[in-house]
Amino acid sequence: MTAVLRLLLVGWWLQLKMRSRSAFDGILAIVYPLFFATSVLLMYRQGGSESALIGAAVGASVLGVWSAVATTASTSLQQERRLGTLELLVAAPTRFALLVVPMTLAMGTIGLYSLVATLLWGRFAFGIPISLGHPLVFALASVATAVGVSLMGFLLAVSAVRYRGAWALGTAFELPVWLVCGFLVPIAALPGWVRPISWVLPPTWGVAAIRHAAFGGSPWGDIALCLLLSVLYAVVGTWLSGRLVTSARTHATLALT
Amino acid sequence: MAVIEVDDLTRSYRAASGIWRRSSKVIEAVKGISFEVERGELFGLLGPNGAGKTTTIKMLITLLLPTGGHARVLGQDVVKDAREVRRRVGYVFGGDRGLYERLSGLDNLKYFAELYGVPRRDQGPRIGELLELVKLDGRERERVEGYSRGMRQRLHIARGLLHKPEVLFLDEPSIGIDPVGARELRQTVASLVEGGTTVLLTTHYMFEADELCDRIAVIAGGEIVARGTPAELKRGVSGGSVLEVEVFGSAEDSMATVRSLPGVTSVVVEDRGQAQVLVVRVDTGAEVTQAVLATLGGVPVGRVATREPTLEDAYVELVETGVPA
Repeated sequence: MTAVLRLLLVGWWLQLKMRSRSAFDGILAIVYPLFFATSVLLMYRQGGSESALIGAAVGASVLGVWSAVATTASTSLQQERRLGTLELLVAAPTRFALLVVPMTLAMGTIGLYSLVATLLWGRFAFGIPISLGHPLVFALASVATAVGVSLMGFLLAVSAVRYRGAWALGTAFELPVWLVCGFLVPIAALPGWVRPISWVLPPTWGVAAIRHAAFGGSPWGDIALCLLLSVLYAVVGTWLSGRLVTSARTHATLALT
Repeated sequence: MAVIEVDDLTRSYRAASGIWRRSSKVIEAVKGISFEVERGELFGLLGPNGAGKTTTIKMLITLLLPTGGHARVLGQDVVKDAREVRRRVGYVFGGDRGLYERLSGLDNLKYFAELYGVPRRDQGPRIGELLELVKLDGRERERVEGYSRGMRQRLHIARGLLHKPEVLFLDEPSIGIDPVGARELRQTVASLVEGGTTVLLTTHYMFEADELCDRIAVIAGGEIVARGTPAELKRGVSGGSVLEVEVFGSAEDSMATVRSLPGVTSVVVEDRGQAQVLVVRVDTGAEVTQAVLATLGGVPVGRVATREPTLEDAYVELVETGVPA
């Protein structure tokens, strides 16, 4: 157990190190969420409701976390394939899932920056008064959301070990998840048949938990559901990664050619 | 005792083509090969590009599932006991891929040490020892993106040795590195074998295999066409002579006629700059120079020479004729 935790920690730290070393990626990661936030806050400001504006600021912040993970998670294994390291990861005796989880956790960690940056941008550029009801609980809800988003990213990422074209999944799911998880539009406004889909996605509960924490409500139920679903995604992702690695070994898709 | 046992191993791929009307065909990359490698041996798999060398290695290190036959490494089945095989073998390939460019050499080694379950307290000394072995000590904190090709290759070797593998698979490790780097690499490999590591090396450099390998299997078109010690392979071509005819035109047209001449054992055509060279293996005592020149008709001919056959001739002949051993 200690060895597994250590592997996850070392993997997370090195992935974080690797992903934070490109000046180009760094600037993009800093600027991109601010554009989201600006667009969303300009739209919501027209409504004149302060609580709606605060809710939108929180939604935009989680949206930044999801955007930081969605496309990067699904392209990460294709990137490993290009580097020639994917085969080395599979050739190692460690369970493959344990090598992918730190990658998406590192992306989620970078996403947390976008959460903080969006809220600060809202406060200073738009004058949105975000007075957190429970700052510590807010922080906990944010971390739970980042974990939930990361493990959803993990599920997206593992498919790329078998299918070289699966990198497109992240792009395909990025916008639908914005909508379905209620980042900007309340879930209640969606058609009834969409809601069950929202309920099985961890970010739905994550953003609800952050909103509750921001407005001084009780986020514990939402945090628990977000984490429970995250564990479920981790279990499904681990099982799926084992099956997909075997399939990749059968169909010879681990290498670039 | 054999530590690698390969029995009738086969691997085929399905290759698809077309967008609207998709069609697929089966490509047999490895066609039922068998060989054994003893403990402490340095065994070479020689062959041209696309011969099936890398596919064979990838099956042995569990990256590919065979479509037929069996293989055992250190007594473990490569399909059923994949994790145990992975724990005990190392894999190093040539070229400059396979490393995390944005990380330092040290971070790359730390990461793979974790992946292979090297205990934390052993990691520091082991990494230090390997950095010294591959002569990267002092450069380990620099990012890999600034490393030369030779340095990357040496880092690869260190990575492959982190968990002290009993069997090391080296897939064309010297490809693209300069002669000095290649010589150092050969020295490192030789010292590993002296230390008791079993090595399976693939290469298409005949001299490299000749210098390093205890035994060699020549693979062409997915089949083993010859096997033995380098000396045995050399003996196989020690008789006869080689006639080389430089031709400024198409030499391929004459190949079938030359091949049918009495005393000719094989014919290959090599491109050398603007000319083509017809390389004709001839039986001892046979004289075919005039007959060969006569088959060329009006094609302009340059230098004509006769020489003793080399090991490279044997290799070229084996992969060109592709007759299984």
